[in-house]
Amino acid sequence: MNPVIEVAGLWTQFGDHIVHKDLNLTVMPGEVVSLVGGSGSGKTTLMRQILGLEQPSRGTVKVFGIPLQGSSAELVHKIRKRWGVLFQEGALYSALSVFDNIALPLRELRAFDEDFISDMVMLKLDMVDIERRHAAKMPSDLSGGMIKRIALARALVLEPELVFLDEPTAGLDPDRSESFVKLIRSLHETLNLTVVMVTHDLDTLVSLSDKIAVLAEQKLIVYGSLGEAIAVKHPFILNFFLGERGLRALSAVNGLDHLRLNNGN
Amino acid sequence: MQQPTAPSVQDPGVRQASAADGSQIAVLTGAWDIRALESRARTLQALLRKLASDPGRQWDLSPIQRLDHIGALLIWQAWGKRRPTQLAIAQAHEVFFSNLDSKAAAPPAAPPDYLRLVRALGAATLLAVEHLRGIIQLVGQILIDSFVLVRHPLRGPWREISASVFRVGTQALGITALVGFLIGVVLSYLSAEQLKAFGANIFIINLLGMGIIRELGPVIAAVLVAGRSGSAITAQLGVMRVTEELDALSVMGIPHTVRLILPKIVALALAMPLLILWTSGIALIGGAIAANAQLGISVHSFFIGLPGAVPTVNLWLAMGKGVVFGALIALVACHFGLRVQPNTESLGIGTTNSVVSSITAVIVADAVFAVIFSDVGISFS
Repeated sequence: MNPVIEVAGLWTQFGDHIVHKDLNLTVMPGEVVSLVGGSGSGKTTLMRQILGLEQPSRGTVKVFGIPLQGSSAELVHKIRKRWGVLFQEGALYSALSVFDNIALPLRELRAFDEDFISDMVMLKLDMVDIERRHAAKMPSDLSGGMIKRIALARALVLEPELVFLDEPTAGLDPDRSESFVKLIRSLHETLNLTVVMVTHDLDTLVSLSDKIAVLAEQKLIVYGSLGEAIAVKHPFILNFFLGERGLRALSAVNGLDHLRLNNGN
Repeated sequence: MQQPTAPSVQDPGVRQASAADGSQIAVLTGAWDIRALESRARTLQALLRKLASDPGRQWDLSPIQRLDHIGALLIWQAWGKRRPTQLAIAQAHEVFFSNLDSKAAAPPAAPPDYLRLVRALGAATLLAVEHLRGIIQLVGQILIDSFVLVRHPLRGPWREISASVFRVGTQALGITALVGFLIGVVLSYLSAEQLKAFGANIFIINLLGMGIIRELGPVIAAVLVAGRSGSAITAQLGVMRVTEELDALSVMGIPHTVRLILPKIVALALAMPLLILWTSGIALIGGAIAANAQLGISVHSFFIGLPGAVPTVNLWLAMGKGVVFGALIALVACHFGLRVQPNTESLGIGTTNSVVSSITAVIVADAVFAVIFSDVGISFS
């Protein structure tokens, strides 16, 4: 199988400040990859570079085997129709109703009639568990949790193969974030999505990710399963995973109990 | 490279076959996903609808290589939104149709509203009353704040006032000078042609002096400032509403009328008369230069003749107008800025309304001035 995302030799530099130094990352189809790292470690910047919103100083980013830099606009446009992005604040268009927000990408294709689009929007609303009576509402009338769900519906409306989630559960209450995680997991299972997410939330991280990419010291210090990530002795990993909060989240995972004995004290 | 349609995956297609019992079978093949359907949706939709019109037809969906919700919905709609009795489908693709099966009916459309016009009129009236109330409340709040400020002058937002004067006054010098100069030149040129016909060349000084100092200077400066600073004030307050900065000020116990609105009103009331003097001065220079070229009246004699032609009280009237216009512009801009809802569309509407309303308010105020001071500074003795 060919990788969905290939980041090779990526450098990011703002003036004298180096954010990424020769960073490599490969994501295979069907994987759920979590990007973690401290504040300012460049997680969001990396994601924006993979999305083509920012240019790396050096290095290449390939998505679906097509380099984002130097490809024709038409080719890049094709890639953009094959991924969906959930922004941290949802980024719903505030001038459009919920219905029109979700319908917009479909209408842009100019391939389907209004009847089809209407049914599709309703189907997506069902999928993210939003009642249909909310379809006519404006984004400013919605709660944060609903905005996230509707933004996810919008991200999924073109049946993407690759989904980016920026802090999917930030700002949701524990109950809501639990159901959001379940929703993403079930969508991942049914649609066989490749998921790349940036998150600080350990519970989300533990329950969703196949692989964890830890960004620190300007590169990926670990890229592997949860067990592999925890095994690395690095101050960030010790603080992040094996601090009090981390252990609580990890205790839910079987087979990692020995960590508590080794590092708990 | 992974392409949307790799060689092994075929385009979506429909094949017709006959079953052993003589009934017709529709066999769907290839990839029925968005990538493949994007360009073919309408033709396939028509074909499927035609096939589905035969209720006894058997459907074989098992050869489909790829399916997603788009493809499933396309087929589902052709079926009339229910499963046909004879259906074969791959187990992996069942999920897309089960999502559709569970669909409830779409919500009913809203009934027509026959009283729409009456409602709209009522809403507009209420909105006007609300605006009026909002402005009166704002003025009242500012008056109360001003009294507090008079008693504790050290607590005043002096830095904010000075920053605002720089922003609305100093930084507007360039644009007001350019516009003023051009208006002066154009006005002088047009008037000169008419006056020459009557042999009344020397009255160009009266005409320009009176027109610019009393009317045009104040109004042009005010319109420019309303467009330039009024919109900026509304947008700034609006964005602060969107980003919850206004709420942050409130919970810290810092009244935003004192920190944000009062400084802007004071600054515009201070800067506006000065800007009007500046604009009128430059416009007169432009007029004098054009008069020199058209009528041969030297710039020197133009300005020597000016005090005789225009009573000094007109200058004070212009300054007075400046104070009122400035305060009005700031007040209207702040009122609309505070009314912005936390979304981008409201911000755009608020800014537009603010500029239109403040320019209207300036013109109305100018008309009021014209009526009140109709016999001040015009008559010659």
